Amino acid sequence: MNEIIYKKVLAESVKELRVVAPRIAKARKAGQFVIVRANETGERIPLTIADADPKAGTLTLIFQEVGKSTLLLGSLEVGDSIQDVVGPLGKPTHVEEFGTVVCMGGGIGVAPMHPIAKAMKAAGNKVIAIIGARNKDLLIMEDRMKAASTELHVSTDDGTYGVHGFVTTILQSIIDSGEKINLVVAIGPVPMMNASCKLTAKFDLPTVVSLNPIMVDGTGMCGACRVTVGGKTRFVCVDGPEFDGHQVDFVELVKRQRAYLKQEDQSRQEFLQHPDKRCFETAT
Amino acid sequence: MAKEKIPRQKMPEQRPEDRRRNFQEVPFGYTPELAQLEASRCIMCKKPKCIEGCPVEINIPAFVALIKSGDFIGAAKKIKEANALPAICGRVCPQEEQCEVKCVIGIKNDPVAIGRLERFAADFERLNSQIEPPPLPSFTGKKAAIVGCGPAGLTVAGELAKLGHKVTIFEALHQPGGVLIYGIPEFRLPKAIVEAEVDYVKKLGVEIVYNAVIGRFQTVDELLSEGYDSVFLGTGAGLPYFMNIPGENLNGVYSANEYLTRSNLMKAYRFPEYDTPIAVSKKVAVLGGGNVAMDSARTALRLGADEVSIVYRRSRTEMPARVEEVHHAEEEGIQFQLLTNPVEILGDDQGWVKSMRCIRMELGEPDASGRRRPVPLKGSEFEMEVDTVVVSIGNGANPLVPQTTPGLNTNKWGNIIADEKTAATSKPGVFAGGDIVIGAATVILAMGAGKIAARAMHRFMMGIPEPSESEAQGMASSKS
Ligand SMILES: Cc1cc2nc3c(=O)[nH]c(=O)nc-3n(C[C@H](O)[C@H](O)[C@H](O)COP(=O)(O)OP(=O)(O)OC[C@H]3O[C@@H](n4cnc5c(N)ncnc54)[C@H](O)[C@@H]3O)c2cc1C
Ligand code: SF4
Ligand code: FES
Repeated sequence: MNEIIYKKVLAESVKELRVVAPRIAKARKAGQFVIVRANETGERIPLTIADADPKAGTLTLIFQEVGKSTLLLGSLEVGDSIQDVVGPLGKPTHVEEFGTVVCMGGGIGVAPMHPIAKAMKAAGNKVIAIIGARNKDLLIMEDRMKAASTELHVSTDDGTYGVHGFVTTILQSIIDSGEKINLVVAIGPVPMMNASCKLTAKFDLPTVVSLNPIMVDGTGMCGACRVTVGGKTRFVCVDGPEFDGHQVDFVELVKRQRAYLKQEDQSRQEFLQHPDKRCFETAT
Repeated sequence: MAKEKIPRQKMPEQRPEDRRRNFQEVPFGYTPELAQLEASRCIMCKKPKCIEGCPVEINIPAFVALIKSGDFIGAAKKIKEANALPAICGRVCPQEEQCEVKCVIGIKNDPVAIGRLERFAADFERLNSQIEPPPLPSFTGKKAAIVGCGPAGLTVAGELAKLGHKVTIFEALHQPGGVLIYGIPEFRLPKAIVEAEVDYVKKLGVEIVYNAVIGRFQTVDELLSEGYDSVFLGTGAGLPYFMNIPGENLNGVYSANEYLTRSNLMKAYRFPEYDTPIAVSKKVAVLGGGNVAMDSARTALRLGADEVSIVYRRSRTEMPARVEEVHHAEEEGIQFQLLTNPVEILGDDQGWVKSMRCIRMELGEPDASGRRRPVPLKGSEFEMEVDTVVVSIGNGANPLVPQTTPGLNTNKWGNIIADEKTAATSKPGVFAGGDIVIGAATVILAMGAGKIAARAMHRFMMGIPEPSESEAQGMASSKS
């Protein structure tokens, strides 16, 4: 059981939780994730570690409420506990002094980008952060990303804040300005990562993406998380989550992410229709 | 002789047409009367062959005699002298190739149903008595860390606790039992039985830490430097193999591990009460011919599939699954596509499986393993309409612990190398056993390895030298 000691609503349906998990807070490195199970009947879902405080023994988890599992997590309050938190899982980000690193975070992808930007900056890189969202209200972690980077750019799809356009719009203009870029890290919805990789491929810029397929165990035991990278099947939970973005089969990834759409919708509807059962319904 | 006229007693079980759609256990088990009748078939051999076939050398005639005399709890205690998990082994051990195949009655008639009797005694004890742990010796001052809470790890933990050591099990998942919980389905091994066995180990003072993926959460070296005097690795064979054929990443294609984990551990069969979903299938193909394949096929049926086929590239005689399981599967209406090999899985434009292309095989010359090698029959390709494919062709060793443990040697398949007699690995203080060492095998072999490891770890922690060859032999012969 991992107690929640802090909760904040970052944007509509985007929640931040700080949970007690001392071992994980100590062991985790940038780029790693945890798997959480909200309660006894819950499913196991992966969440990236947005930050950790080894002294306080806490992890920061940031997620968007989409299906029943994230809605359930979002309904927990300070003082409640998450049944299971497993981690840190996956390989840490490869961090070294590359020179100039562009860190692109789209939507909720800003959360997993945060520790990576922080680590890249601490390793002596010039970190150009580009974060974006559909609109101003959905933009998260602007202050924290500002602190984690050398320079910060913001875009919104509808132009309500920052540059009117996508994160790739900003990347394009940075490339056009002649800035020498040594590495691009892109995290966000699959279309955003796919578009970023298409753009960087044109300029031969090495690009790392962090993938978020459906998972079950997170230890390499089931293969639910498999993706095709460079024509080969890889398990994201143990071989990733980060891969060379130019090698990833994004089309397949999107299809695999949609495998349970029908069931997810059914769960979500039932959850929303029975607010009384929200928290810890016990199974018989 | 009058005795031999009594036929081998059948175990009452759910009718196939009832059980194929529910997850309750298939056999009901013997009644006391049936058990005593079956036990009376044993002629109590002076040199019992059956014991030779048992990997942990249970004193079979002795416990069978106790059942015959009506002392069922005494029988259970007798078994437990050699085997701590009889309710589990009575259900999942391949007795037909271990003890029962050796039984002398089997020469002319059907062998004594040793497995069913073992199961009966264990169930009787569990349901009719308070199972109390034995008095424990005082604390030795030594601590052992066990990685993995499957049958191997549980055995080591129980044995070491009984010797007075403080034992902590670190388990990656949120529940104990390893394959017993996530792999073997409820209808073959009810989870309440696994829980009862785990509770017993906990009563011995063993602590279990869940959600602890060793290698990530904490490394083996950290365990050793944080006060554990020895470490046992019982991490199992948990890395699913795929066929490496086109279409394997389509939606609707599962490894057996994923399919069974969703259904067993995550209880997807009770969706939406439980949140984890699983494919709702009409036509399912399960690739492989082992126990895991049978479990997957029978699970698919119980999840509501209309048609389930086992697709296996060799013939029935080569199928590694237990005869009883194949029989059960057949009774329930599972179809068998034998001498058939899949070559490609085809999907629709949404990325869902819609069919599978297969080729017929014939058996050619024997290969290195002595089994006749299946060779494809030219021009025999055909397409099978399916919407779900469960790949059940075996598991390799999970590399997480070896990768993060310097000094721990593995073989070319990634299995940890451990001494057969002491379970010692190349790293001092670190021992290993079960599927992670010998590859996917059986519950009883994992337990056997656990016992060997516990003895060696006890000696290691207490600074007792290993017995010499002759002493070791003396010990072995004094056992029977
Ligand atoms: C579906 C299925 C059906 C089977 N049917 C039978 C049968 O009928 N009869 C029979 O005798 N055998 C059967 N087997 C085989 C048998 O279950 C195994 O041989 C046995 O469970 C092996 O025991 P083990 O303790 O070595 O490993 P496991 O049971 O695999 O347990 C290993 C445990 O270690 C944990 N672990 C792994 N890595 C880590 C880590 N890094 N840190 C912490 N924990 C970790 C795992 O989560 C798991 O709980 C079956 C197997 C399967 C999959
Ligand atoms: S071999 Fe058969 S008859 Fe002889 S003791 Fe064993 S179970 Fe009884
Ligand atoms: S989530 Fe099971 S192998 Fe990756």
